[in-house]
Amino acid sequence: MNKLGENLVDIGYMDTLAAGDSPLHRLDPRAKIFTTFLFLVAVVSFNKYEVSALVPFFLYPVFLIFAGELPAGYLAGKILVVAPFAILVGIFNPVLDRQILFHIGSLGISGGWISFLSILMRFVLTVSAALALLSITGINSICEALARSGVPRPFVVQLLFLNRYIFSLTGESERMSRARSLRSCSHKAMNFGIFTQIAGHLLLRTFDRAERVYQAMLCRGFDGHIRVVRYSRIGRREIAFMLVWAVLFVVFRFVNISLILGQTVTGLLK
Amino acid sequence: MSHHIVEAEKLHYSYPDGTVALADISFRITHGESVALVGENGAGKSTLLQHFTGCLLPSEGILKVGGLTVDKENLAAVRRAVGMVFQNPDDQLFMPTVFEDVAFGLLNLGIHEAELEGKVMGALETVGAAHLKGRPPYRLSQGEKRAAAIAGVLAMSPDILVMDEPTSSLDPMSRRRLINLLKTFQHTKIIATHDLDFAMELCERTIVIHKGCVTADGPTGEIFSDDELLKRSSLEKPHLFYNS
Repeated sequence: MNKLGENLVDIGYMDTLAAGDSPLHRLDPRAKIFTTFLFLVAVVSFNKYEVSALVPFFLYPVFLIFAGELPAGYLAGKILVVAPFAILVGIFNPVLDRQILFHIGSLGISGGWISFLSILMRFVLTVSAALALLSITGINSICEALARSGVPRPFVVQLLFLNRYIFSLTGESERMSRARSLRSCSHKAMNFGIFTQIAGHLLLRTFDRAERVYQAMLCRGFDGHIRVVRYSRIGRREIAFMLVWAVLFVVFRFVNISLILGQTVTGLLK
Repeated sequence: MSHHIVEAEKLHYSYPDGTVALADISFRITHGESVALVGENGAGKSTLLQHFTGCLLPSEGILKVGGLTVDKENLAAVRRAVGMVFQNPDDQLFMPTVFEDVAFGLLNLGIHEAELEGKVMGALETVGAAHLKGRPPYRLSQGEKRAAAIAGVLAMSPDILVMDEPTSSLDPMSRRRLINLLKTFQHTKIIATHDLDFAMELCERTIVIHKGCVTADGPTGEIFSDDELLKRSSLEKPHLFYNS
């Protein structure tokens, strides 16, 4: 199996995880989406130099991973794959913002390095929470929950199809990549002309494939409404889940627990 | 009116670029018949099959399924009556697990949650794939995928079963299992295939399509004994013909 084939299996693995049966899996998807949304809002609402106050927020993704019995290593790998984008966003901060904010010994730490670290922390927090949500809920249930929450149907259906299109795109890419490598002998590098031709063909083939998948859906009664096997409702467990986490997020947002803990420990040591 | 009758009358279909895919197609398939659609590549078999589920609508002429004209108004009813198994099971299986995929059509039919599991498992057991229920479709073998795709269609209890190249990419054992399975079905079956041995074994009637037209329609044995017709349609006499 080539790299693209492995990626296809890898994408599908998240669907497999979503078919699990932990208490978190059984929660109504709307409760999980709402709580994760609150989490994301809280995490991105800090100023650009905030680092210590973000630390307690790691509790949420860690909770989702352990309570949802998710493979932490797999999710960490996924985060690393997209990490270069976050690094690219923040890499110039140390160059552009050189104002020294504090010293560690004789070493001056500039605002640029702090904001860079803050970007990386927010990236890890938000991406890990989103991946964990996807892995304990599944894209179909997320789409169904969004539709039940009043999100316009065209948007939800587009989201669902976009996800399926990724499978189609990866599958076709794998076949084309294999066909090219089998006939490219020792020329591993792809010149621009061949690349554009392959990209064009890939687009057309995935359109065709997506059309066939859509026809198969229509043949089995798909009418634009997303229906899932595991219907649930907002009950006491869901309300408790949302309330507890909402309260924690408010506390984490307005009380710098890391700072208080640090000061307490330092005071005790003195 | 029978829900199992398929009737085409002077059916024409042209693609948007003007290419004529089907011309003057007429036939009547009655309750419980097993009919093979054979013909060379590009003859129009798959295009015709797509008409049975309303994925394509006739440019001219009439196609009736279970007494209903296949048109935009009747699409939902037609698709309830006709179960289509696609040539490539990967086009058909798109849910995270086999169970959810088989349940997809049932949920769209509005089947109540209490009945759902029984129906899904019933369909999976029929095709011998109950053990696959928790597996993701992309990790199945071709034979298993085909079985899951058929289960997804069977679960919806269609009156008419339409299959496009059901034996393609199946190993001999999986092919044999599929033949044995299809022999047990009482549905009206319309099967487009290049596998003439399969057609010979399963279908009592064969329709030959050549360049979008029906060139022969009759008992399978008679059709396959006509060397001239087979040659004209780029077909070969099935091995079973010599053995029988």
